[in-house]
Amino acid sequence: MANYFPILILGLLAAALPLATIFLARAIQTRRPNPAKLEPYESGIAATTFAFDTRFSVRYFLIAVLFVVFDVETIFLFPWAVLFHRLGLFGLIEMVIFLVILVVGYFYVWKRQALDWA
Amino acid sequence: MGAAEAAGSALLTGVAGWLFVGFALLILGTAIAVVWSKNPVHSALFLLASFLLVACVFILEEAEFVGAVQILVYAGGIMVLFLFVIMLVHQRTAAGTPAFQHQWDIALLLLPVFLIPFLYILGTEKFTDIARNPDAFRAVAGRVIGNTEAVSWLMFRDYLLPFEVASVFLLVAMIGAVVLGKRSFEKVD
Repeated sequence: MANYFPILILGLLAAALPLATIFLARAIQTRRPNPAKLEPYESGIAATTFAFDTRFSVRYFLIAVLFVVFDVETIFLFPWAVLFHRLGLFGLIEMVIFLVILVVGYFYVWKRQALDWA
Repeated sequence: MGAAEAAGSALLTGVAGWLFVGFALLILGTAIAVVWSKNPVHSALFLLASFLLVACVFILEEAEFVGAVQILVYAGGIMVLFLFVIMLVHQRTAAGTPAFQHQWDIALLLLPVFLIPFLYILGTEKFTDIARNPDAFRAVAGRVIGNTEAVSWLMFRDYLLPFEVASVFLLVAMIGAVVLGKRSFEKVD
């Protein structure tokens, strides 16, 4: 547990720095509120739509889901890597089977053109 | 419950015990705030805080590997999914709908379905006694190495089949995402 003490200090410092900047800015800033300052900035031109009205393609979400799947796959590589020598050939074969099943999925995703952005 | 308390007692005394209580209360608080916040961005930030606090509890319980996975997968990957959902949802349309759905009846029906197996496992499972065997979570074949190595040893030796089944689950998730995603954007384009 004591090993985590430096991480705790790092976390506290990381939190203190932005908080200090925010409160310092609050303390010394001048406030002249103006409705124009609250509008979204679009290169000086008045925005034609409300910020949230823009529609995004579901493709973004598909990419995000695929990212999470491959993220989880990578997690399984860590325990295998740290014990690679002790697990030996048996572990290697296990990992190859694991990866082959996922490469099948990767080719499916590729062939269905889910990675294309046309 | 008795077995779990006995196993956890060595870790849940003194400073570690108070840290656990603190983390647990913060997890509950942030989790309630996720549901309570009106602004979805605030909900997402509370969810992130809750994920990080759960990682703290894992590390406190000396399950460092699970703690790291909690940060990498949940705070890293799952949060990205939520950010994309917030981006994709039509905020102004969603703003008019009530935040709380009235589905208490279904929730009450489902509660015992999940709670009873959970309590059964908690009551019958023989948890490792950390008080008697402090290196149980970091030993590989009798030698103390580290938590990630211990997880690896169990996963690649004793739990070989579940590990390979995990890749099939990931494959299903991949195909499911493509089938649902492709169909919906082919319709739109």
